[in-house]
Order: sequence, then C-alpha cells, then structure tokens
Amino acid sequence: MAVEVEKEVKKSNEVFDSKAASSLVNELRQSFASGKTRSYEWRVSQLKSVAKLVNDGERDIVDALRSDLSKPELESVVYEISMLKNSCKVALKELKRWMVPEKVKTSLTTFPSSAEILSEPLGVVLVISAWNYPFLLSLDPVIGAIAAGNAVVLKPSEVAPATSSLLAKLVKEYLDSSCVRVVEGAVSETTALLEQKWDKICYTGNGRVGRIVMQAAAKHLTPVLLELGGKSPVVVDSDVNLKVATRRIIAGKWACNNGQACISPDYVITTKEFAPKLVDVLKEELEKFYGKNPLESKDLSRIVNSNHFARLSKLLDDEKVSGKIVHGGERNETDLLIAPTLLLDVPRDSLIMNEEIFGPLLPIITVDKVEESFDIISSGSKPLAAYLFTSNEKLKKQFVTTISAGGVVINDTTIHLAVHTLPFGGVGESGMGSYHGKFSFDAFSHKKAVVYRSFVGDAAIRYPPYTKGKLRLLKALIGGSILGIIRALFGWS
Amino acid sequence: MEATLAEVKETFKSGKTRSVTWRKKQLRALIELIRENEDKLFKALHEDLGKHPTEAYRDEIGVVLKSTDYALSNVEKWAAPKKSPVPLFFFPAKGELLPEPLGVILIFSCWNFPISLALDPLIGAISAGNTVVLKPSDQAPACSSFLANTIPLYLDSKAIKVIEGGTEICERILQHKWEKIFFTGSQQIGRIVMSAAAKHLTPVTLELGGKCPTILDSLSSPSDLKVAVKRIVGSKWGPCSGQACIAIDYLLVEEKLAPTLIELLKKIIKTFYGEIPKESKSIARIVNRNHFERLKNLLKDPPVAASIVHGGSLDEDNLIIEPTILLDPPLDAAIMTEEIFGPLLPIITLRNIQESVEFINSRPKPLAIYAFTKNETLKRRILSETSSGSVTFNDVMIQYLCDTLPFGGVDQSGFGRYHGKYSFDTFSHEKAIMQGSFFPEIEPRYPPWDEFKMKFIRLAYRLDYFGLVLLLLGLKR
Repeated sequence: MAVEVEKEVKKSNEVFDSKAASSLVNELRQSFASGKTRSYEWRVSQLKSVAKLVNDGERDIVDALRSDLSKPELESVVYEISMLKNSCKVALKELKRWMVPEKVKTSLTTFPSSAEILSEPLGVVLVISAWNYPFLLSLDPVIGAIAAGNAVVLKPSEVAPATSSLLAKLVKEYLDSSCVRVVEGAVSETTALLEQKWDKICYTGNGRVGRIVMQAAAKHLTPVLLELGGKSPVVVDSDVNLKVATRRIIAGKWACNNGQACISPDYVITTKEFAPKLVDVLKEELEKFYGKNPLESKDLSRIVNSNHFARLSKLLDDEKVSGKIVHGGERNETDLLIAPTLLLDVPRDSLIMNEEIFGPLLPIITVDKVEESFDIISSGSKPLAAYLFTSNEKLKKQFVTTISAGGVVINDTTIHLAVHTLPFGGVGESGMGSYHGKFSFDAFSHKKAVVYRSFVGDAAIRYPPYTKGKLRLLKALIGGSILGIIRALFGWS
Repeated sequence: MEATLAEVKETFKSGKTRSVTWRKKQLRALIELIRENEDKLFKALHEDLGKHPTEAYRDEIGVVLKSTDYALSNVEKWAAPKKSPVPLFFFPAKGELLPEPLGVILIFSCWNFPISLALDPLIGAISAGNTVVLKPSDQAPACSSFLANTIPLYLDSKAIKVIEGGTEICERILQHKWEKIFFTGSQQIGRIVMSAAAKHLTPVTLELGGKCPTILDSLSSPSDLKVAVKRIVGSKWGPCSGQACIAIDYLLVEEKLAPTLIELLKKIIKTFYGEIPKESKSIARIVNRNHFERLKNLLKDPPVAASIVHGGSLDEDNLIIEPTILLDPPLDAAIMTEEIFGPLLPIITLRNIQESVEFINSRPKPLAIYAFTKNETLKRRILSETSSGSVTFNDVMIQYLCDTLPFGGVDQSGFGRYHGKYSFDTFSHEKAIMQGSFFPEIEPRYPPWDEFKMKFIRLAYRLDYFGLVLLLLGLKR
C-alpha cells in the first residue's frame, strides 16, 4: 500500500534517512531517561493537551478528512473526533487508578513476604497508523503511550496527506516536542524508522506490512502491537427484526468510511430462503439513507485513491462475480466514487471472497441452514470482528463460543469499538495485542513484579548441603500442606 | 513431523481441548506423571546436569507440581467469561470478555531447568485449552527423552506431542504456522524465532536472560548481612550452579564492604559445599563442554584472571567449576558484558551504593534485579528509576515461585509473561463480546446526516444523558 503512493509524498528538502531517525530516537531516549515522562503530572498535562488539540483543531480536522477521504462531517465527528475526546477523558479520569501498583497475595512457600505489580513505561515507542481513520488511529494509540509514560514517535499514513501534515503541525504545537514527535513520510521514512531500536511498535494496517514490521522488530527483540484487518462476517438469521438488522449493517458498512474500515462487515451469510428478503430491505434502506443516486450523496466517503479504486474495480469485474450484482455497482472513476453495491450468491473461490474488501461492496453468501455459516467462517483466517443477527439464544451461545475473532457483536455491528471497557484487537491474521481504555495503558506498560522480603524467616532447607530431611520438608512446603510441614519438621514422615 | 502437526491441528479443530473437563484431566495426568516418575526425573536431571535430588525437587519437580495444583484449582474460574460494564448509552447491550484458546502452540524449552521450563508453559497452554507441540532442548538429552517417552503415556497423545531434535529440527518446525510460540533461551535464538514467527504473524513470548545485578547495601546488623550473604550464595550456586536466567550475575557493593563480604562469602560457601566444592554432591555441573569452554574463556583474560579472589579451579573431565569470586574485573571484559550463566560471581565496588542505579541503567534491562537494603530511598529509586522484569528486595529468585506474580522480561530480557493466571492469559485470546438487542433503535445513528443527529451524537459521546433528553424533547438548541 505504501509503495503505490510514494509519489504523493510531500516533497521536503530534508531527507529523513536512517541517520536522522537514529538521532531522533536518541533525542527522545534522552528525554525518557530524564524521567520526566514518568510523572503523573506530565502524563496528565499531555493528555489534556491532546484533548485541547482535538477540540481546537476540530474544524481543520474535519477539513483534512474531507480532503483525504471526502469523509462526511458527521462521520469525522463521530468516529474520529468524539472517540478521541472520549479516550482522553477516560484516560484522564482513570490514570491515577491505572498507575497504582497492584498488590498480590504471596504464598506460604515464600512467607513472610509481600508482593506487587508495578506498571512502568516501556521507553520510546513507535506508532505507525493507517489512512482510513487517519486521525483516530494515530492519536488513540498515542494517548495510550502517553498515559503509560512513554516517549512517542508517530508516523501517520502518507495515503491521507492532509491529515498527516495537520497531525505534524498540531502535535508540534500542542504536545511536548522533547517527547512526542511526528515523522511524515512513506516507505523510505518508515524503513528508516523501523531500523531503529524501539521499546514497542504499534502498527495499524495490513498483514503484509504487519509482517515486515514484526520482522524488523525481531532484530531488536521489540514487542509489537499489530492491528490488522480481515474479512469480518455478518451472519443474519431469519428470525430477526429485519429492518433494524439491515440498518445496523448499513451503519457498519457504508456509514463507516464507505466500508474502508477494518471492522466493517466484509460479507453476509444468510439462508437461501431469507436472502431475497434481506436484499430487498437492504436496497430500501440504502435508498432512504443515500437517495436514488448514491454517487451524489454527501453522506458517503470516497475511495481513498486511484489504486484502491482500481483494486475494488478488479474485484467487481471478476467474471465470477460481475453477474451477481443485485444492487449498485455504479462507479465514477474521476471522483473515485463507488456506490453501495450488493452481490448475491458469489462463489466462494472468487477474488472478492478471498481478500479483505475494504470498500463499499457487500457480497452475500447463501446457505441452507444458518449453522453452516460457522464452517464457512472457521475455514478462513480469523477475522477482526464477527457479527450475528438473531433472536435465537442457542445460536448466540454457539456463535460466541465457537467463532474465533478479535471481537464478537450480537445484533449490531462495529459498536464494540466505542466501548472502552472492551479490549480492541485481533487474533491470528487479524493481529496481536489489544488496546482502548485501560488496555491501551497496559499495552504500553511493562508489568514489573516486585517482591519485598525481610531478613527474618530464613529456612535452612533452602540451602545446601542437601539432605533427605530437607527434601521431605520441601515437598511439604511446596505442596502448601501445614500438616506435612509439621510432620517433616518433627521427622514423622 | 508434518503428520504430527496435522494431527494436533485436527485435534484442536475437533473442539475437545476446549472443554474444561479435558483440561483438568490433562492437568491431573501431569501430576500423576510426575508423582509416579519422580525417581526417573531425579535420575535424568542428575545425568544431564548433576543436580542433587533436593535441588531437583526444589527447582523443578516441586515447582511443576505447585503450578499444576494452582492451575487445577483455578482453571474453571479462569476459563469463565468476565462481565464487562458497558456505558449506559448502549443499554441494554451487555459486554463480556471470553477467553478462548489460540490453537496449536509451540513450546521451546531450555536445558538449564529442562523439566520445569518445559512443563510450566505446558500447564498454561493446556489450561487455556490449546493443543501443544513441545520441543525440549537437546542439550539436556536425558530429560528430553524422558519427556518424549513419558508424556504420551499420561497425556492425551492426540493433543500434546513432544518432538525431539537439534538445530535442524528447530529450523523445520519454525517454518510451520503456529498460533503461538513460547520460547525460553538466548537472545540470539530469540531473534531467529521471532523473525520466523513474523512470516506467519504468530505472536511470541520470549523468555530470555540478561545480567541480573544484586545490590548489597552495607547492612548495619551483622546478622542481616549474614542472612543476605546466605541467600546470595544459595541462589548463585544453588540452582543449577548459576546456569539460570534469574541467577545473580554480579554483585554491587560499596568499596568498604568488599573485604568483609568476601570473607563471609568464603565462609558460607564452605558451610554449604564443604572444603572441596568440586566433590560436593550439592552443586550442579556445567551442562556441556561448549559451555565449559565458554566459562573457561571468560576467566582466561589476564586482568580477569588477576581479579579472582576465591575459587577458579576447573575440573575439565567432570565439567565442574568451583564457586568463583572475582573482585572488580574490568568492566569491558566479556565477563561483565555477557551473561555469565555459570558459577562465576564478579563483585563490583562502588563508592556509594546509590551509584548502583546509574550502573544498572547504563546496561541492558535485566530479567531481575535483587537488592538487599533497608534504605527506603534506595528501594524507591530502584523501583522507579530502573527497569527490569522483576525486582526482589532482600531475597533472590523467590519471585519465580509466586504464582500471583507475572514472570517475564522487558527489553533484551524478553517480552510476554507467564506463571499462574498469566500463563493462562499468555495462551488465550481474550475475545470481546457485545450482545445487543433489536430494541431500542437509535435513529441518529443512521444517515442521511443532519444537524440534529450531529448534536445527538456529540452528547451521547459525552454521556450527557440530561442533554440528550433535552435535545429529544426539542428543548435544547
């Protein structure tokens, strides 16, 4: 993805090469070593500044997102700006509690002692974000990194250039630039960054680049948080409130950046019998939402660039599916617009069913019985999200326990993203690690185990020379059996 | 190997490992395996490393029994879904976290604790409901073959497999796709494992090592000092003769304490291991010739050799190195830049014990830091200014035995953690579940967008319920 747009990169006089990257990391490392990012006060002041940045910058952010993606203002406010404000609010409210060391019980074996788990910052972290929610996916991890007391370098996606340069400007203006930096650029800049040693790398994007990031991280033994995507399925049972289900699918698919979202429904599975009804209501609701000519609707994002437009066109032009379009299919190449498109009964070996769609096309797969959907989903790689619409409690339970996905939502789509008490992250091909709310704090913290002992309570059995009696006592001690200990001490066993 | 892998994959797919009953059955079988084969285990550990049965029990057999017991009594609780509160706005939706097994797990264990480092992660992988391939270290061959021969007799052989072998087998194993790789060993191999994992986007837990420092403050009470030194001696030469990832690597003390400390160390070494430690049955040997040579080379460097104040004799035939103490070897010598992983103990003197914080910070983050002190300022500085996998005050290595504490490194000492519930988490995916209903339907969620919907959503995000009511009643502008 990055290669294709290298040409779009803003021309800059200064080249950001390996040397520049290295000196940047060194500078941040020094700031981190000074200890300033560790204090509660610094974290709070930076979090407040992020909140202020988002607040003050709202107009510019909406404009940048419109320029990069023709994102409707409401979508920008809902999914990017408000989400960020909420993240800041949660972090500011909870930070003190998150930072408190967690007391844990110690066992008889190590008596007398006390123990706790201390959250400490990892150091200097790198956040590489994506173009589809370029503001949210940049600053949300940064909020977590700051809350945990790290220094951060953010590399926004060059595919959303207006947002990238706005981020660079705002971060410089609002945040402590000795500890939080933005590096703009494409492949060469990212490569220079990835050569450096980081204490954690958080990457949002696709599996191909995810592999490159992890490979680079392996050289320095750096842990990674990979937020990738996948084909998130929606299973629709026939006993549902069809209108509500349909609208919620539309809200998650086309009202989320026109399907260019990692948790957007990718395809629908429903029964042969029910499919025509579902298609009818989908059409009806789509028309209510986006009018008779959706290409003219102001409420749909455009396709991000011509490469992605070509990719999506190819999916539609595949001869296996071109005859399956039951709604939409209109395209406008000059303005990079694609109308909400429904495809019925596409073959499972078609192109569209074998890669993440990431756009406004929604294939519908039909099965005889809704339970067959389980095998279809499980035969592919694990998706980031899985959705089910049903009123059948048994089916819900079965779905929740057998379908493996980053997250599962019953009777709705995408809303789990907005719930900060749930971890957000993938599994298998859809990524590793999770964030949001407290999970963000944990993702950028090291959990240090601390044991306090006093000089009393020293047991001779720990020490050589080893004897049979010591072995007996040890067995009793490790087993935690009081009676055994007494017996061993008195030599009764 | 391909057939083995296909079988464990198939077993996982069948879903049988997901049931808590299956998990408990395996854990019980593991306890039985250890109980019934204690003597064989003692023998294998003696053969590979010369461990005394007491040491073997304390560091391996006992540890595994304790961990299995703990998992057995908690697995039901761990596997249950956890309710997660959801903001009122989403009412009546419910949120929960459901731990699910990852799939097929690969465990690489290490030779220094060839039983506990193999079985401890296995307990976690089983508790979480996974199928497992275990690859024990070929440098502890007796233990490796014990595991390969005994595990199939006790555990579900369709779900839990042992593959023996060396480098070539490891390379082949790493080409396959796993759902998680758990590795205990060196940084160099850790990098190879993680690079291989990256190709398949497989998450890894790396349990590596590092130079674990021990700070010994000038304790005012002689009895405290004696307890401290006993704990130091017991932990440096006790577990596998210093061949442990959390063993003390070097000591940091104030100059003025050094002479007393050396005398005390010598005295306690003598009590523990007798006049001729090489003949003691209570000390493990060096694992093999390669490591023996490596340790020998650490001592060879003339300025290092000159810094030896105790011990230093090597028995090449029996691979035994006597407890050896060095005073202020050069800091740029290999012994102070590489992980020692053996019975050599350098003492580094500082003018003031507070300098130890800077000393530690100028080196890679260790797996553990130990500090014997009653000075609260120093304790606080160690906790907040240094970074390490764990910190233990006034004792050594006991953090490993505490099931409630996460065990794992940071930076060059590894990442990911295990033990107790953390083992379960390491081998689980915590799935976020949200259950909604078809009612109520919130109209402003849907396009076409307008001013009212915008206001509504803004208020909703602020969780401003009063504002929402006013807006809906048309009282807010």
